[in-house]
Amino acid sequence: MALTRDDVEKVSLLARLQLTDDELNSMTEHLSQIIQYVHQLDEINTDDVAPLAHTLDITNVLADDVVADCLSREAALQNAPQRDEECFRVPAVL
Amino acid sequence: MSIISKSATQQREMLRTGELTSVELTTAYLEQIKSRESAVKAFVHLDEQQALDAAQQIDTRRAAGEPLGDLAGIPVAVKDNLCSEGVPTTCASKILSGFIPPYDATVVAKLKTADAILIGRTNMDEFAMGSSTENSSIQVTSNPWNLQCIPGGSSGGSAACIAAGFAPLALGSDTGGSIRQPAALCGIVGLKPSYGRVSRYGLVAFASSLDQIGPMTGNVEDAALLLQVLAGHDSHDSTSADVTVDGYVENVTQPLSGLTLGVVDEHYGDGLEAEIKSSVEEAIRVYESLGATLKHIEMPHASYGIATYYIIAPCEASSNLARFDGAHYGHRADTSTSDQTSTSEDALTRMYRSSRAAGFGDEVKRRIMLGTYALSEGYYDAFYLKALKVRRLIRQDYDNAFKDVDLLIGPVTACSAFKQGEKTADPMAMYMEDLFTVTANLAGVAGISIPCGLTDAGLPIGVQLQSAPFQEDKLLRAAYMFQHATDWHQRRPEF
Repeated sequence: MALTRDDVEKVSLLARLQLTDDELNSMTEHLSQIIQYVHQLDEINTDDVAPLAHTLDITNVLADDVVADCLSREAALQNAPQRDEECFRVPAVL
Repeated sequence: MSIISKSATQQREMLRTGELTSVELTTAYLEQIKSRESAVKAFVHLDEQQALDAAQQIDTRRAAGEPLGDLAGIPVAVKDNLCSEGVPTTCASKILSGFIPPYDATVVAKLKTADAILIGRTNMDEFAMGSSTENSSIQVTSNPWNLQCIPGGSSGGSAACIAAGFAPLALGSDTGGSIRQPAALCGIVGLKPSYGRVSRYGLVAFASSLDQIGPMTGNVEDAALLLQVLAGHDSHDSTSADVTVDGYVENVTQPLSGLTLGVVDEHYGDGLEAEIKSSVEEAIRVYESLGATLKHIEMPHASYGIATYYIIAPCEASSNLARFDGAHYGHRADTSTSDQTSTSEDALTRMYRSSRAAGFGDEVKRRIMLGTYALSEGYYDAFYLKALKVRRLIRQDYDNAFKDVDLLIGPVTACSAFKQGEKTADPMAMYMEDLFTVTANLAGVAGISIPCGLTDAGLPIGVQLQSAPFQEDKLLRAAYMFQHATDWHQRRPEF
């Protein structure tokens, strides 16, 4: 199952990556190789196998509902590429 | 014998008795760095003055008789994907250039509590994605055993740092082999703890269900010493396990009696270099001479590890790396002047796409794309769900194996360190570097790489031991038995 350049371009929008023409070409080639390789998993019958998302036998971890220290607003904003006094600044959305 | 050729365990004792000061020790490492770092390029950031100041403080506190932590006065190098408050943390990525974390990773906080001297930040493959450290956006690190060769990856900076005598202890992270493979290629000890043994809080996430932080050291006792400080439950990481931490330091020199080792037949297929095969076989004979019993173990799904990993890890990565959006931290592209009529995208989407395109390197983009594709509508069942099912089968292979044996023994890598540039054009060839290591991450078991030989070309070879989850104590003791009977861990490169 090979990927087309069109597929890759669509995925690049989902992934929020702007790829150049050269990148789209090499990405199409490399992703197709990898996809072809991982299809070897189809050899294995997994009909009665439950998925394993992670290896620890824990589900919900509950914590007491208490107020604790957290990062200050200033600390949280200190690495922002653009900000004002209180918020991260981004290009207008609306 | 120079002080830097001694183990951290020995240095600790010398510091304690007053035979050595932390300033002397730290200065000795800084001098070695000064004379050799330009050839190795292990560090992306060096904290020379801060390290000396911290060392002076430890010496003063020691002289005053104050109680000190378990690593008091000993230099430690930290992989550049572990947040350290006020110190640049870049994951060797342009997208995090200039990022200064406002908090400490739990492991960094633990090092500070233990009074360790944080000496600098080590190079890595960008976001820990790679097996050669060539995917760093900052520099290419050389293997101290042969400067034309790669040190392995992704924790290649930490591995080279130990091999070159730049620090006695270092932290790495291992998602598919990123501690053990560079440890093997640089002739040092690297331990990937069981999933959940060490808190991941403050580790910049690559694949959250696979990532573990672990020690990279010159010998097994030092790995025990460092793991003792790192291990344990942390309320900041829900996936850190509330399981008792054994007395690794106290127990490490105690040999195990009645040890049964499993040899996985699937590890000895085509592609395993003859010199590595014979060194690993020799290591197995050493264990036999120490009284270990061997059993052949089948792991029928082991060979599917790479395929499983290269679905699960990119899927998790594509989700984790969505946080690098040019809005909260890191690089933002200037899209204010771009032609707004040429595309239907809104300004925010354009900003995201341009910032991420400029900030991420090729391999990171490839994995984000792969994960996004595998998780996209219509493909989820065929890829991600399928991989999770095979993951369970791989875990079952381990569970079955550990019913019969204490530990598994085998190669770490199929080949020794390769030349820089040799595999950069072929992603699949690079991915195969993790063939023998990746299943431990998928199953959550612990693994250690210890030096067991040199090739004719003078490049290190590692042997891997793997244990059931939370059996690091057994793993370290078994590793020490081998080390005690051999001298491979004492070899250091001349460069």
